[in-house]
Parts: sequence; C-alpha cells; structure tokens
Amino acid sequence: MYSRFLSPQEVTQTPLRLCVFLCAFAWTVLFLTSCADRKPVATVAAAQPITRPPGVLRVCADPNNLPFSNQRLEGFENKIADLLAQDLDERVEYTWWAQRRGFFRNTLKAGMCDVVIGVPSGFEMALTTKPYYRSTYVFLSRKDRHVDVKSFDDPALRKLRIGVQIIGDDQSNAPPAHALTRRNIVDNVKGFTLYGDYSQQNPPARIVDAVENGDIDLAIVWGPLAGYFAKQSRVPMEVVPVSPQIDQPFLPFVFDISMGVRRGDQELRDRLDEFLENRRPEIEQILKDYSVPGVEGGSGA
Amino acid sequence: MKNNLSVGFRSAVIFACGLLLAAACARNNSPSQQPGAQNQVLTAPTGATIAVEPEDGQWTMPAKNYASTRFSGLQDINTGNAAVLKLAWSFSTGIVRGHEAAPIIANNMMYIITPYPNVVYAIDLTQPGGPVKWKYESNPASSSQGVACCDVVNRGGVYSDGKIFFNTLDNNTIALDAVTGKEIWKTKVGDINLGESMTMAPLVVKGKVLVGNSGGEFGVRGWLTALNAADGKIAWRAYHTGPDADVLIGPNFHPFYPQDRGKDLGVTSWPADAWKIGGGTMWGWISYDPEQNLIFYGTANPGPWNPDQRPGDNKWTCGIFARDVDTGEARWFYQFTPHDLHDYDSINEQILMDVPINGQTRKVLVRPERNGYFYVMDRTNGQVLSANPFGYITSSKGVDLSSGKLIENEEKKPEVGKVVREICPAAPGAKDWQPSAFSPRTGLVYIPHQNLCMDVEGLEANYIAGTPYVGMNVRMYAGPGGNRGEFLAWDPVKNQKVWAISENFPVWSGALVTAGDVVFYGTMDGWFKALDAKSGTLLWQFKCGSGIIGQPVSYRGPDGKQYIAILAGVGGWSGAIVAGGLDPRDQTAALGFVGAMGDLPDYTTRGGMLYVFALP
Repeated sequence: MYSRFLSPQEVTQTPLRLCVFLCAFAWTVLFLTSCADRKPVATVAAAQPITRPPGVLRVCADPNNLPFSNQRLEGFENKIADLLAQDLDERVEYTWWAQRRGFFRNTLKAGMCDVVIGVPSGFEMALTTKPYYRSTYVFLSRKDRHVDVKSFDDPALRKLRIGVQIIGDDQSNAPPAHALTRRNIVDNVKGFTLYGDYSQQNPPARIVDAVENGDIDLAIVWGPLAGYFAKQSRVPMEVVPVSPQIDQPFLPFVFDISMGVRRGDQELRDRLDEFLENRRPEIEQILKDYSVPGVEGGSGA
Repeated sequence: MKNNLSVGFRSAVIFACGLLLAAACARNNSPSQQPGAQNQVLTAPTGATIAVEPEDGQWTMPAKNYASTRFSGLQDINTGNAAVLKLAWSFSTGIVRGHEAAPIIANNMMYIITPYPNVVYAIDLTQPGGPVKWKYESNPASSSQGVACCDVVNRGGVYSDGKIFFNTLDNNTIALDAVTGKEIWKTKVGDINLGESMTMAPLVVKGKVLVGNSGGEFGVRGWLTALNAADGKIAWRAYHTGPDADVLIGPNFHPFYPQDRGKDLGVTSWPADAWKIGGGTMWGWISYDPEQNLIFYGTANPGPWNPDQRPGDNKWTCGIFARDVDTGEARWFYQFTPHDLHDYDSINEQILMDVPINGQTRKVLVRPERNGYFYVMDRTNGQVLSANPFGYITSSKGVDLSSGKLIENEEKKPEVGKVVREICPAAPGAKDWQPSAFSPRTGLVYIPHQNLCMDVEGLEANYIAGTPYVGMNVRMYAGPGGNRGEFLAWDPVKNQKVWAISENFPVWSGALVTAGDVVFYGTMDGWFKALDAKSGTLLWQFKCGSGIIGQPVSYRGPDGKQYIAILAGVGGWSGAIVAGGLDPRDQTAALGFVGAMGDLPDYTTRGGMLYVFALP
C-alpha cells in the first residue's frame, strides 16, 4: 500500500469523483435554496477579517490523535506542517483542540489559527486546497486469524465479531456502521466511540487494540489510523481496503483529503496549493512513512 | 423542584428541612414554618389543585417548589400596575455564552451561576445596588468546552440548609457555604474524558442532592446520582441503560404497561452491547412528591448509534422514571418515545397537581413533552390519562391510550440517503428544556415552546478525530404559521389550548406566573414580557441587551417590595449562532439549528446580564 497524490486531472476525471461530485451538487443546491430567502446580515460571526501574523504558520490540531497529530509533534500532519512552514519560511505555532464537534467553529473559524492540515476535500466548514492524498476505509484483522474479508458482501461478516466506530452526530455515522446495518448485520457489531477516553493516548485507536487483543475479529476503520497502528502492533496485522468503494446509492468509503483554511482566505489557499504541488515527493514520503493506505485514482467503483 | 399535593395529602407533606429553615430565616415573609408544616392547598376554578408551602418571598430552587409550579404567591405586581414596571438594577456576569439559569434568592441574598466557566456570584440584596458579597470560581477544565454538546450552559443552582449546590461543566457537584462562599465539598461525579458533561440544576430532597449527566452524543451512558448534602458522598446512582441492578430496578418496580415489564430490558431492548454507550442521559428537571416519597424525571435520547443500528425500544431512554428518593429504587417507568428516531430527549419538566377527571380526583403529573404531546399521567402508577398535541406534529399520529404506545409515522422515519421532508417537530421538539409554569389561580399551564420542522436531506462530508464520513444534513425551519416560537396557555383539565402568542423566534426562556395574575417570559431577540395570565394580553415589555433564554423568578426584597428577576444572554442550542459566533452560511451547524436561526444576529448580540424589575 502506498499513498498516492492526485493530479487535477484525476480529480475531475476519475469515476470515484462521482460521489463527491454528487455531494457537492447537493450542497450547492441546498446553499442556493437556503440563501435565496435570506437578506444579507451583518453578523456577529462575520466580525473583522482575521489577518495572519507575519512569520508564523498558525496550525490548529488535535493534541492527542496519532497518526495525525499530537502535542509531541509525532504525527504525519505535524511533519507536513513542518515542511509547509519551511516552504513558507515561517515557524509553526499550534493551537491544540480536540477534533470533535465544534473543532472548526472554535479554532479555524474563531481565528485561533489559519490552517488545518487535514480536512475532507470540499468540506463545508473550510476553504479547501486540492486533495493531497486519497485513502479508504479498510478491513483490519490479525493475520493469524485468516479472516480474509474483502467485501461488505462477504457472508462471513454475519458471523465475525466486528468493530466499528461510532460518531453519534444525529443522522451521521461512520460509513462502515451504515453498510453493515443495511445488510442487517447488527448483533455481532461492537461500537467504539470515536471520541474514546481522552485521558488515554490516541483515543480513536482503541478499536485497533481490540483487534490486537482478540476482543473482536475484524475492525472496519479509516485507513490512516489502521495502517499506522497495524505497523506498530506486536502481532502481524492484515489491512485490506473495503469493497465496494461506494456502497450504492451513495455511501462512500474513499475520501480525498485536503488542507483547510478559512473561507475567504483565497490567498493562503492558493499558496498551499503551490506548496502541495512543489513538495509533492516529500509529502508522499511522509505519508508512506506512516503507512497511510492509498487508493489508485483510476480504480474507482 | 417539585410540585405538589392535593387536598387529600396535605397532612402528609414534609418538606426538606433546609427549605424550611431557609423560609424561617428569611426576613419579610410570612409566618415562619416548622418542619412538617402543612402545605397550602390552592384550587383553581377548573378544580385543579396544587399543594405548596406558603409564599415566603424567596426562590430557593429553579422550579420554585417540589411541585415545579414556578408560581409566585406575591401579588403586589398585578395586571393593573404591571404596565409601569421599571428596571430597578442590573448586573453583568461578564460572560457571553448562553445564560439559562434561574437566579436563586434566599435570606436576602441572590445567587447566580453562570455558564462555563461556572462562576457563582452572591449578591447582597440588603445593600443599595446589590453589591457582590462573594464570588466563587469553579475553574472547570478548559477542555470541557470542546466536549460539551451544543453550548456551555448551566441551568442554575439550588439553596438548601445554608448551602448553595450546583454542577460544573466538567462534572463536579459543589456545595458552598451560602453566607461565606467557602467550598464545603466538591465531588467529581463524571468524566469529561469520556464525553460526559453537566448542565442541569440539582434538586435537593431530604438531604440528597440529585444530579444527572449530559453527553449522549458522545456515547455517554446516562445516570441520575444522589449525593449526601452533608458531605458530598454518593448515596446511590441509577443508570438509564443496562442490567436491572444498575438501573436500580427491583421487586418494587411496577410499570403500568406490559412493554415496560421484564428482566433486564435495559440490555435486551438493544442489540448486543449497544446499551453500554447508549445515552439516556439526564440534563433536565426533577419533581418530588412528598406523600409518595417519589421523585419523577425523564431520560434523554438513545445514542450515539443511528436508529437503524439500535433496533429495539432502547430502554430506558426517552422516558420517565418514578423513584424512591431515599434509595433510588425505581417504582414505575413510561417511555414517551420508544426507539427514538428524531432526537426527542425526554428531559422536560413535570408539574405535579391533582385534577378532576370523569368525576374523580386524580393525582397526576403533566408534561408538555418534546414529541409534541401534553401528557397527563397518573403519578402513582405511570398510566397515561391523556396525550393531546400542543404543537404541530407529523412525526407521529398520536398516543394509543389503551397500550400507552406512541404511534410513529413511518413516512417520517429518517434513513441515510433518503430525503425526508417536514418532520415536525424538529429535533429540539415542540418544546425543549425551557420550563413551563402553572397558576392555581387561572388553572393554566404556561408553555414556552418552539414551532419548528426539519428536512433531512442531502449529504455532507464531515470530519471528526481524523476520520472522514458522510452524513445526512438536517435543516430546520418554522412550522405552520411561519412563527418559530409560541407562548401557550393550556388548560390541563379540559386538555386544550386557551390562548397562544406567536413569537418570531423559538421561546427558549422559562415561564413565571404570579398571584398578581401576571405571567412573564423572554424572547430570543431580547424582549422580556409581562402578560395578563388570564387573557394573554401584553401588559408590559422591556428590551434587554441580549436575547433571553433564562428563567424568570420573583421575590420580595428586604425593602418589602416585589421584584422580578431574569438573566439575559443569548446562547444555548438555539442561540448558538450568536453565542458561538456560528456562520449563518453554514446551515447545518449546531445540528441544523443555525438554518432556522440565521437572522438572530440581526436582532441581538451576546452578553450575560441580570435584570431586576419593580414597581416605581
């Protein structure tokens, strides 16, 4: 497995983009509809423009969530931030905030920082760069269990003890939970809250511990988390991208990831796009070092 | 905060000693009471009765009394003179988040608990201008802001037996010396690292401080906990999911309906181990019936699973428990919304009264419920006597009174990938936490509530803890009539609406009604209003500096005058767009509420301020 950069051509041409395109379409319709009947408002929210302090790259990040970031600067997003700061000839300053509901509102949008290193491409709460990697949800199991599941349609999923992560926002949850429910696979599924116990290290990783300990046979988790902790595991682990990549009608398991800046901060966004283009090999290397599972651009469902 | 007893019970009524002491110590009030003093039985023209302690001019708990009437016996301010109410004094809390608390008044002191960072101010009412006598800073963990759902509100404290009790966002219950502000005890009852937080106001009954947790969205398992008022030690804890032993269900548990009977339903009404992170928190209101020695309170929605991931009734979420206050033992339970689909937490207030039904006097509790029905229930056994809609409802088709079951409307069932329009009420319900009041003079329940519907439509990409996903987005908007809120007077005997005032925004403040037949509430755009309690005619209004989502109270000052107090300071879930500085272009922020509240910043800005009014 390897991380893979996306070219702008791929972004517009691959079948995989269909989903994201559909979503974008839905948002657009919604946005236009909802704006049509609203007069412009002078809002408290849209206070004075936020200016970036000179010489400082202000990054908001979770202090306790490897492989993405932590306060000891051990995550791949920390490494990418360092690289970016070097490219901009600035120094990194972090605002640490648990990445939960309200993260973007309380950090980026509140002007406490200027960049979030990882956001889904086209994310509504931020202005996003071009995608710089694409990853997938994966089936994670111990090699010695020979689970050998590659698809949500594998009948073995009805018998295995399966772990999924639960988000708990109303009407939203991690896609594996939905995919299993649609297939009536409910009773053998164990939920791990994505929030976990924040007093422990990297709380979202408890689901990987459960695979390692044999508490569950199989976890279905976001690739970067699985790839990194599988490599750290004391027992050999199997990491297999889920299939299909889009569970019809429109439940995607593959996501493009971009950097995010505040909406309106076009200038910084453009500069970040330049960085992503110019430093592509180094960024790819970082992702590879952290075993981020990549997805071939052209292999979409 | 409980309400009370009917004629038949009066001799049995025993109030918490603290309350009595407080009453006895207060100046300028009615004759002092002794423990065991009889309640006063007040009978409305409709035949509805409440039994409450004689008015002492204080306001020691948010609901005023255990029956939870929010009725003040003071009558100096009345329908004839309310028009000349004037601002007497004001006080800034210096905090800009949503202020939902009721000011607490005891022994000529006023106590205010602010939202996070949960500062307590003690104001000396005997001195001109109300100087601060002491201030207590609870310094909750700053990380608690990041994990608190919605807004970092606090619904207030309570005075009992010389102490002030309150909860902090980071799960501490604290007792302070009411005179000095010195901390007497501080008990950690939950873990912020697990997503738990606390926003509710405690209730103190018979030396026990009753508190509950928030955070169902984060996979928290809900509970109610009783701490000893004297030392802060945990006396009992009742969970709202899991095995009977954890829920404190034993041989004395006798629910009225068969669907609530059976062993370990808190486990078996869920798939596998889903109950372990099943929600059912408790962040609302508790009432107490001294005659039965029972407390009553509701439980929040199941979570964090989506509905199709938790087939079953998901007990004991979205329902109401009656428990023995000494032991916590459950006596009965009724589920308003089994297998909740729409986020209809059942944490609303219940008002205890006795009403004539078919020629018989029934001991009931009444609840304007989040799902839109006004429930009248027999509080001795949990039977639903009636459940008429007080708001506009499409999500269900009524309550079957023979089985007690809510009749869900299958067409409004949300599913991932399916567009469902016009689900009414929207997720905040026809009424949320904002408490009603009942006047034994008019016989009416005054219900502040919202008129919102929602569409579940489209998809949005989201990102939590490094994990991307796609969810349905929720958009809320005004229901029929185009008004987002309403202030409603309801006759609980005839079971019908008597009058209603349309409000542009959801009415997110509590209600207060007085013996002067004046009813008070505030609006999210900052108007504090006094209405004629009989007719709903507007008598007076005052524009506060920020929107109002607090709870009005009334008290008699050391100067003998009647005062009305309210905390302004918009925020909370509905006001998050102002308090949290949310971007109105983001329709789905604050779980879709922003879409319905985009124009609020045109009308008000944030900032916590106490306003106190009196006749000139």
